[in-house]
Amino acid sequence: MRYGDKVAVDGLSLTVERATITAVLGPNGAGKTTTLETCEGYRRPHRGAVRVLGLDPVRDRRDLLPRIGVMLQGGGAWSGVRAMEMLDHVARLHAHPLDTGMLSERLGLGECGRTPYRRLSGGQQQRLGLAMALVGRPEIAFVDEPTAGMDPQARRTTWELLDELRRDGVTVVLTTHYLDEAEQLADQVHIIDRGRLIASGTPEELTRGSSATVRLVVDQELPVDAESALRSSVARWSTEHGVGVRSISFGSRTLEDVFLELTGRGLGHE
Amino acid sequence: MSELDFTPRPGGATLRRQVLAQARMEARLMLRNGEQLLLAVVVPVLVLIGGVTAGEHLALDLETSRPLVDIFTPGVLALAVMSTSFTSLAIATGFERRYGVIKRLGSSPLPRSGLLAGKVGALLMVQLLQVIVIGAVGQLLGWTPEPGVLGVALAILLGTAAFASLGLFVAGVLRAEATLAVANLVYLLLMAGGGVVLPLSAYGAFGDVVRWLPSGALGEAMRTAFLDGGVAWRDLGVLIIWAVLGTALTARTFKWE
Repeated sequence: MRYGDKVAVDGLSLTVERATITAVLGPNGAGKTTTLETCEGYRRPHRGAVRVLGLDPVRDRRDLLPRIGVMLQGGGAWSGVRAMEMLDHVARLHAHPLDTGMLSERLGLGECGRTPYRRLSGGQQQRLGLAMALVGRPEIAFVDEPTAGMDPQARRTTWELLDELRRDGVTVVLTTHYLDEAEQLADQVHIIDRGRLIASGTPEELTRGSSATVRLVVDQELPVDAESALRSSVARWSTEHGVGVRSISFGSRTLEDVFLELTGRGLGHE
Repeated sequence: MSELDFTPRPGGATLRRQVLAQARMEARLMLRNGEQLLLAVVVPVLVLIGGVTAGEHLALDLETSRPLVDIFTPGVLALAVMSTSFTSLAIATGFERRYGVIKRLGSSPLPRSGLLAGKVGALLMVQLLQVIVIGAVGQLLGWTPEPGVLGVALAILLGTAAFASLGLFVAGVLRAEATLAVANLVYLLLMAGGGVVLPLSAYGAFGDVVRWLPSGALGEAMRTAFLDGGVAWRDLGVLIIWAVLGTALTARTFKWE
């Protein structure tokens, strides 16, 4: 997938199982949205093939679209339209939509139903976007950063909802740069960076890894020079015993550690 | 709270239902927007009242024995078609692109052709309302219409086709703010000098040029239909040429996102 000369997503290959949650994890600009939009048929891959439900998203777009739900990263509604009016409109384009009253209630949009879109908060716009993606009862929901800009409570509600979707047999593909979101929610995590897939697996597989981890817990605050002192001791020990040290981390190992190891960069706030 | 069942049951509504939903939605939004409503109803009504009263005071000579209101009302109806099909459509579509509405609908079951049909449907709904309001005001001013139904219908339909295709062209190549400016400016220029409200006879020799403008052609087609009950084939032909030109330009340049 290219934009001009710039290769945005390159040789990315991944498969998604039905009724699972797949997280595409990566920093800003990694190619998450491009990957999703290629699955949604917005973009034609420069090389390679994409199949969604066995269909070519570009060639078979008309057959595919009724079967998928799409949540864009932002926007997607008229500025003067009321929240419920917009949701009802999208529902009317489908044959067997969900009850929009119940859906909006579930997403906590009950009290802002008559509010014009431009006056909704960022989090409310996100939740309306999610509702629009789900109202048509899709087989696959592609959700681009579903909880960006949400307060912790709304995030929790959204996570519960996505979990419920999986239980009811909906396949969810989401992008995120929140590590805890991927860790808590996803069956499969694909980490991409600079348009390349750099690691795939369940959160457990990714955090476990094949090598042994030694954890050192100390009983006080470390002095400022402790890190360099420890590193040089470890390096000495490593040469003496012929054991390669892949990484030394200070703090507890999380998915973020894995990510840092793999990309050498933090997420979102570089 | 009762249980929501997300079990997949996908499918698009019938195309007819989708188009109707889209048309009603767009018409409602157009009428809710203050500036759009000003353009659609208030300005034409003011032009009609102002034109008729000022014309009588100034003893405006349009080289005809007909009362001024009989000449102005069809022209103002043409103006209403132009304002909705061109200016309102261009502005609305420009901002739809900006706000990602078109992109969002692009992933819904509604096909592009359905979206276009919905837009045309919305224009016709708004124009029906305009015809009712302007017609009522005209009658209060003493207008006694004897329309040729075919001529009126063709003028409205072909006028809509010509102006809507040009409006979409503008909205497709310019940014939303530039579209807003250009659509309003063109509207003002055509209203003043484009042969919409005033008949060609008011423009002297310049009338031969004005007649080839979509505004002049629509104005003449509307006046012919209402004043003589006839069908102005030549002017309708001009509108078809503009519609073909506008459609070709739009098809070549329009970007949905």
